[in-house]
Amino acid sequence: MGKTFSEKILGRKAGLEVRAGEVVTVSPDYILSHDNTAAIIKEFEKLDISNVACPEKLVIILDHVVPASAEKYAQNHKSIREFVEEQGIPHFYDVNNGICHQVFSEEGFARPGGLILGADSHTTSYGAFGAFSAGIGRSEVASIWATNEIWLRVPETIKIELKGILQPGVFPKDVILKIIGREGADRATYMAVEFGGEAAKNFSMSSRLTLANMAAEMGAKNGYFQADDVTLSWFEGKETENFEIFVSDDDAGFSDILPYDLSSVVPQIACPHTVDNVRPVKEVEGLVFHQGLIGTCTNGRLDDLKQAAAVLKDKRVHPKVRVLVVPASQNIYLEAVKEGVMETLAAAGCLILNPGCGPCLGAHQGILAPGERALSTANRNFRGRMGSRESEIYLASPATVAASAIEGKITDPRKYL
Amino acid sequence: MKSSRVFKYGDNVNTDVIYPGKYTYSLLEPEEMARHALEDLDPGFADKVQAGDVIVAGKNFGCGSSREQAASCLKYAGVRAVIAVSFARIFFRNAINQGLPVLSSPEAAEKLEEGDRIEIDFKQGEIRSDRGVFSFPPFPDSVLGILEAGGLIPYTKEKLKKERGTGCRS
Ligand code: SF4
Repeated sequence: MGKTFSEKILGRKAGLEVRAGEVVTVSPDYILSHDNTAAIIKEFEKLDISNVACPEKLVIILDHVVPASAEKYAQNHKSIREFVEEQGIPHFYDVNNGICHQVFSEEGFARPGGLILGADSHTTSYGAFGAFSAGIGRSEVASIWATNEIWLRVPETIKIELKGILQPGVFPKDVILKIIGREGADRATYMAVEFGGEAAKNFSMSSRLTLANMAAEMGAKNGYFQADDVTLSWFEGKETENFEIFVSDDDAGFSDILPYDLSSVVPQIACPHTVDNVRPVKEVEGLVFHQGLIGTCTNGRLDDLKQAAAVLKDKRVHPKVRVLVVPASQNIYLEAVKEGVMETLAAAGCLILNPGCGPCLGAHQGILAPGERALSTANRNFRGRMGSRESEIYLASPATVAASAIEGKITDPRKYL
Repeated sequence: MKSSRVFKYGDNVNTDVIYPGKYTYSLLEPEEMARHALEDLDPGFADKVQAGDVIVAGKNFGCGSSREQAASCLKYAGVRAVIAVSFARIFFRNAINQGLPVLSSPEAAEKLEEGDRIEIDFKQGEIRSDRGVFSFPPFPDSVLGILEAGGLIPYTKEKLKKERGTGCRS
C-alpha cells in the first residue's frame, strides 16, 4: 500500500518509515505565534533556561488586537517586543503588517514540504502550499522554543475529490462551507484533509488558503493541497530553496475519499452557533442583519475584496447596516488601494479598518450588542465570538456579504453578478 | 487491585462544560480550578471525585475551545485518566501535555459503567475490569515520558538539564 502526504513528510522529517497512527518526534521548520506570544513567554520562563534554541525558527506576528486597544494589550505587545530584542529573533512583524497567516504566507515561510507549527488553530492554512502545518497549545510552543522538537501523531487522511466548475456567483468559501455542513464539525478530528481531484488544480493560492484554513473547522490536524504549477508561480520572484514536493500515492491508505461536484454548489451560509450548521443562502434570504464583515484570514485577500467591490460598485450599503472591511495584510491593503478597490468600497459606505484580525475575535473594532446579527466572511460563528452572547454570527462569501449589505438583509449574491 | 472508580458520560463533552469559559481568566489556583471541574455537565462531580478515579465517555471528548484548563482542572481534581471512544485533537494534546493520560478505547468506553472499578496498565496498554480486559494503543516512550514527568513543562525542564535538544543552539 502506498503512502499519504502526511506519512511521507512526517517520515522524512523523523528519518523513519511511518504509517498513520504512529507517533514521531520532529523538529519544525517554523513556529508561529501572535499576540499570545506573551503568554507563551510566561511558560517558557518556567523552564529555567535563558535562550530559545533556534531564534530564526520563531515567526512572531502581532495581529489579534492591533494597534493595542487597551493597556493590557499594550503591555502584552511591549513584553513581546522586549523578548524579541533580548533573544535576537529575526522574524518579528509588528502591528503594521497584517494577519499572522497571511503575513506568514506572503513572507514565504509557508513552502511545499515545510513543517510548520503554530499557536493558532488556523495554522492548517499552510497546507495550501503543500506544507504540513498544525495548531498546537501554548505550553507546547514554549517547549519547542527550548528543545527544537515536538511529538506528533501521524494523522489518517480524508481525501476530498473536487470535480466540476463553479457556477457564477459561487466561490471557494461556498465550497468549504458545503463540505463542513455535510461532513460535520468533528468529521476530521485528528486527521489530515487532502483537497484533491481535477478541480483542485484550478484553485488559486488564495482559494486554497480559504479551504485549508477552514479544514480546522472539521477538526482537522492539517489541510493539504498538492503543490503544482499554481503553487510554483506564486513563488515567482521569491526564494524557493528548501522546496520538497510530497505527493500522496494513488494507492495510499485514505480513510475516506469523498467526491464533491463543484458545479452543483450554490451560495452557502453557516448559521449560528456552529460552523457545520450550513444551508443554501436562499433558505435564509430576507433575514435582517446589523454588521457585515469582509476580511479575516479566511477571506480578506485581494480577490475577496474585488468580489465584494464588484457587487458594491456604484451601489450604497443599506442605511441600517454597517460594513467593516479589513484587508488581511498591509500588502493587500496597498494593492487594493492601487487598483481602486478601496475607493469603490469606501464610496459604497464601507468602513475600512487597518489590516489585522479586527472584529473576528470580538476583542475590538466592532463588537456586537445583544440582539445584533453579523454576516461575516470569517471561519467561526461560535456563540459570543464577536461580542455579546446574545448576538448571532452568520458566515458566507464576500459576495454574499456585499449583496446582503446593499439590501440590508441576507441576499443571494447571484442577482448582483 | 482495581482501584479506579468510573464516572461515565456521553458523546461530545465539550470544553465549556468541562471548564466554563467564565473562569478561564479569573481562577488560577489548582484547588479552585478542581472545584469547578465538569461543573456544567455534572454539578456534583467535584464533591464525589477521589484521587485515582477515571472518566469514561463517548466520542469527541474535549471538543470546542483550545483552553488548556479543561485538561488541567481534571488533573487537579484527581482524575487518573480519561477513557473515551475518541478525543478532540487539541484536548488530546493538552491533556498529555498537562500529564493527564487520555486513552482511546471504544470497547472500554462502551462496556464500562458508572461506578465500575478498573485498573489501568499503561505499559501494556490494558484496562482491566470485571467486564473484561480492554486494550488501548500503548503510548510511545516519548509520550509516556511526558506523562510520567507530570506534563510537558516539567518534562522539558528535566530534559534540558540532561541534554540540549535537537540542534540549533550554539
Ligand atoms: S482573522 Fe480571526 S480566525 Fe484568523 S487568525 Fe485572526 S482571529 Fe484567528
